[in-house]
Amino acid sequence: MTPQLLKHFTATSCIGTGVEATLNSLMQQESGLRHCEFETVKIDTHIGEVPGVDAQRLPRELGLFDCRNNRLAELALQQDGFLDAVQAAVGRYGPRRVGVFIGTSTAGVLQTELAYRNREGGSGALPASFHYATTHNSFSVADYVRQRCGLKGPAVALSSACASSAKAFGSARRMIDAGLIDAALVGGTDSLCLTTLYGFHSLQLSSPVPCRPFDVARDGISIGEAAAFALLQRVPDSLDGDAILLLGVGESSDAYHMSAPHPEGLGARRAMQAALAAASLSPADIDYINLHGTGTPSNDRSESQAVTSVFGATTPCSSTKGATGHTLGAAGALEAVISALSIRNGLMPGGVHTTRVDPTLTAHYIRDNRRGAVARVLSNSFGFGGTNCSLIFGSAR
Amino acid sequence: MSLAAYVDGIGVLGPGLSGWPQTAAILSGRRAYNAAPTVLPTPGMLPAAERRRTGRVVKVALGIALEATAAAGADAMLLPSVFSSSGSDGHICHEICQALSLPGREVSPTRFSNSVHNAPAGYWSIATGSMAESNVLCAFDASFTAGLLDAMSQVNVDQRAILLVAYDTEYPPPLHVKRPIPDAFGIAMVLSPRLTAQSLARLEVALTDEAFDTMREPQLEALRASIPAARGLPLLETLALQGRGRAIIEYLDIARAGVLIEPCR
Repeated sequence: MTPQLLKHFTATSCIGTGVEATLNSLMQQESGLRHCEFETVKIDTHIGEVPGVDAQRLPRELGLFDCRNNRLAELALQQDGFLDAVQAAVGRYGPRRVGVFIGTSTAGVLQTELAYRNREGGSGALPASFHYATTHNSFSVADYVRQRCGLKGPAVALSSACASSAKAFGSARRMIDAGLIDAALVGGTDSLCLTTLYGFHSLQLSSPVPCRPFDVARDGISIGEAAAFALLQRVPDSLDGDAILLLGVGESSDAYHMSAPHPEGLGARRAMQAALAAASLSPADIDYINLHGTGTPSNDRSESQAVTSVFGATTPCSSTKGATGHTLGAAGALEAVISALSIRNGLMPGGVHTTRVDPTLTAHYIRDNRRGAVARVLSNSFGFGGTNCSLIFGSAR
Repeated sequence: MSLAAYVDGIGVLGPGLSGWPQTAAILSGRRAYNAAPTVLPTPGMLPAAERRRTGRVVKVALGIALEATAAAGADAMLLPSVFSSSGSDGHICHEICQALSLPGREVSPTRFSNSVHNAPAGYWSIATGSMAESNVLCAFDASFTAGLLDAMSQVNVDQRAILLVAYDTEYPPPLHVKRPIPDAFGIAMVLSPRLTAQSLARLEVALTDEAFDTMREPQLEALRASIPAARGLPLLETLALQGRGRAIIEYLDIARAGVLIEPCR
């Protein structure tokens, strides 16, 4: 595929509001996971909650969009001069030539959960204050972002569970390549809600302790929330030395099970191979792999086998979910930004909370931060329904 | 800026509409439209364990996907897909929100797994054994055209055929009041970059500021206006008339999609 430029990017998760705080947390190997005190939830688990979301306000004219998910999107959009970068793209290309591609798994379903608790006595009707289209519907966050930024190009939400916002890069780059748009606001936003907290708990997939990806004693995920965005456009003739490029996107399906990964990671392997082929790279060209690494016994085993089958057992890899939690539909975009930070700062972030790497997992999992040149990073995102997406980012140097 | 592709196969299900041949006869005026609740096929292609868990949204998506791929003579194993819908399984969503409003908050693990927006794409992959990628989209009332634009981009950039599956199902009360989709409806198409023996027509899609087309038959217009996937009906009508034509279909507030149609036979 034709490489694309990550002109600008930002991320907000429990380890940092904006990229500087995110990078600092990664450098210090700090985790943002805390015991769950969210809303009225009574589950013994840890979560990655973003501070300040409740206090965030939306512009008055977009008041119908008010919900936790869009507040989180707004908080993230305000960081790192991202809104200014989008306006610069609008100025250069025109609002109709900038598209919006946002991944989310649950959008603002929390509003519906709260509305069901406040149904009217006799009729059982949902309260008049509940607005489905602008909060619950998956498109609501993409619609919010496009209206907030005054964009008039094609806009869409991508909702493939935990691969959603990784796949957003694939859709965006194709629409740029097809010539329908010149730039794309790509990203992901997923926020805490009862559906995912109780849902993963019912599947016995959430851990009571902060998640420990690839640990011998790993016992499940920690749910987090995040919003991360990037401005994607064609590569110009001259580039800054620290420019970050999207080099490859690889996607596949497992054709195996709705909520369990293929035991040998065949789908994951196919996605990584497709990303390498799209980037015209060989496995040895990848310096660091940001794993999907959720911390469930079966996910990590499957991914380790897939990684080893493509890369062998020497390419350093880690999961940053021990720090951020699993931010579900936002994970692909969050980890795309972490991949960009890794390249720009020569940092391979060690996986936190993991104390003893499972000796039966053959991938080269790193627990301590490593510093040194990082030219290319592969980032994995896999989801329910057996959907897989691998992204490759690289330095323009 | 326009994107071209060939339509190699079509699948349709909706109220009073069961399959492309019958729908084409209605849309071309050769047969009267009789509104009736959508009849959804049992997805016999799924293993029994999976079949038991599938709801209406999976049934409508798999039904139209199967019809379109069979008509196109396409190998579903190799075909990437775009699934586009304005919502996930409304009944599951209701059951989960209901459970979460009760003291025990007992969410069914199977319902939770099936609540994801990409459940139909996952079941399609399991049913066909296809490991090809699937993109799963939502653009609220613009979901049909958003799916078409994504599929057309893929055909043109990757130069390979793709399966587009656009579908919607209803929410039960009380959500139904907030999102009054009346019944299940879906349109699937196999789109190919090159003319094949199965090609019905060549499509050329571009964004436009013109007003969108409506359906002349009042009941079909009611359908078009009330179910997001049915926003594609003017395109199907032009295809059914088998002549050169142009359909303008609804998209976001900022644009419509103009589709130029050239029959292949």
